[in-house]
Amino acid sequence: MTMLRSILERFKPGKGAVISVPYLWLLVFFLVPFLIVLKISFADQDLAIPPFTHLLKYDGDMSTLNIALNLSNFLFIFTNELYLDTYVSSLEVALFTTLACLLIGYPIAYAIARTNPAIRNVLLMLVMLPFWTSFLLRVYAWMGLLQPNGIINNLLMSMGLISEPLEMFHNQFSLYLVMVYAYLPFMILPLYAHLVKMDVTLLEAANDLGARPFKTFWTITLPLSKNGIIAGSMMVFIPAVGEFVIPELVGGPDVLMIGKVLWNEFFDNNNWPMASAVATIMVLFLIVPIALFHRYETRQLEGKNV
Amino acid sequence: MYNGNPLPKTLKGVLLLGFLFLYVPIVSLIIYSFNASKLVTVWGGFSTRWYASLVQNDQIISAVTLSIKIALASATAAVVLGTIAGFVLARFGRFRGSTLFAGMMTAPMVMPEVITGLSMLLLFISMQQFFGQPSERGFFTIWAGHTTLCMAYVAVVVRSRLIEIDKSLEEAAMDLGARPMKIFFLITLPLVSQAIASGFLLSITLSLDDLVTTSFLSGPGATTLPMVIFSKVRLGLNPEINALAAITVLLVGIFVLVANYLMLSAQRNRARAMAAAMRENDAPTPPGNGAGGAVATAP
Repeated sequence: MTMLRSILERFKPGKGAVISVPYLWLLVFFLVPFLIVLKISFADQDLAIPPFTHLLKYDGDMSTLNIALNLSNFLFIFTNELYLDTYVSSLEVALFTTLACLLIGYPIAYAIARTNPAIRNVLLMLVMLPFWTSFLLRVYAWMGLLQPNGIINNLLMSMGLISEPLEMFHNQFSLYLVMVYAYLPFMILPLYAHLVKMDVTLLEAANDLGARPFKTFWTITLPLSKNGIIAGSMMVFIPAVGEFVIPELVGGPDVLMIGKVLWNEFFDNNNWPMASAVATIMVLFLIVPIALFHRYETRQLEGKNV
Repeated sequence: MYNGNPLPKTLKGVLLLGFLFLYVPIVSLIIYSFNASKLVTVWGGFSTRWYASLVQNDQIISAVTLSIKIALASATAAVVLGTIAGFVLARFGRFRGSTLFAGMMTAPMVMPEVITGLSMLLLFISMQQFFGQPSERGFFTIWAGHTTLCMAYVAVVVRSRLIEIDKSLEEAAMDLGARPMKIFFLITLPLVSQAIASGFLLSITLSLDDLVTTSFLSGPGATTLPMVIFSKVRLGLNPEINALAAITVLLVGIFVLVANYLMLSAQRNRARAMAAAMRENDAPTPPGNGAGGAVATAP
């Protein structure tokens, strides 16, 4: 029967049709656009609509096909210190955000997973609520809290704890704080999903054999939650590298983030080829993290632990 | 993970601090939405004037309307495409190009939005150059972008549900001679209907909330709600936005509460039905083994 089924499955003509619907959609709307970005990153800015030059020019009289690859965008990025610094600083901000989210999110996810299932659903809902509430509005909430005449400063000054407002807006502090705040639910949810499925008998066995709670955690819980840690970390790190909204709204003028540079090149300078080159290099940086995310997310879905 | 013991004090403290961090900003937004003063963060007495001026703001009302239209349209398309994709990923095993397919399914969830937005915009520009379509950016281009983003989430939810449920029901139908189409619509689809529903809700919120991709893909006359919020918030605090945020939090809260209630009661019903089926079925079943056990021991 199994053999017959596998033969049937192999020759089912409908299968190809079923696959092709989402496959074609993704090819057209996700993969092909990247190739176009790559192509336009080799173009030159032009005063035309759309504002870039063509790579291929066919000269009818001479019967020659001219291919013009303009490398200056990439050369400029690699020789300009500001661009290089921006890439480095974006990776730094994303890395720090990921670590901070992991350090704060792991204990929360662990505590929720250890709670009585009746209360657990309520707690999980409380994590979901900010996750579903608008990202933009959650960032906006911090603008009111952190400003020089914002809620925190007003409160502290009315209590007489400080005489001058603390500077915690439009600088590195506000950038990091809001990054961690905004991305924290993205870390907690995959970690929780993983921790809650963990076999409690393993922990009890370690306990019975005399392991202290910390040792049990360090040698059993933590290694077993590796897939969740990697999936959650990548879910924070990858979008954080290209984050635009947070540095724009709460970061200072000296905050260098590549997502902001891309946005400015595109919307303010109307330099589409440059924006494409910036995007191309960013994708190169992110290919390995995305592959990692894909691998561990699939494992988590399939319930494998190794 | 739950071992029957009450939570240690340190972990309780962790939860308290964690939820304070998550909720203080949201609660402060709501409180100050009732501030009479135009200076958003300086308390000037209780008032609901910003709610009144919000509903009279035509720009916001038309942006809300457009956002809801786009959200409904793209969530619908995302559910159709995402369900098929989730089914393919969970049930078809490996096929030629399956790795690329699975990769293209995951990547949109994490890819920085400035990249997806830019790349899709350049796609539409190129399409316009070659085919003359789409003639302008707006509803259609935003819809296509949101659909691509949301279908990945739907696929993940549907796929994980399909991995959970027992294949034996579908296999039994196949052994009894049902055609694949019939099996899909009569057995698979009802089993994952809840996952599809939550995928739909998730898509709606994602679409309603999206700013960056939308900004790239939108054209003149197509301004969504997040675009309006962003353009206002960029200039500083705005009491109307506080009122809008309070309404959003309230709606999302009700939404999550209802969805959670539906899910829990469905879970309870399923457990009850399963227990009943086990009782009817006299064959001994291993304890703690759910639907799989019941089906496996059926004659």
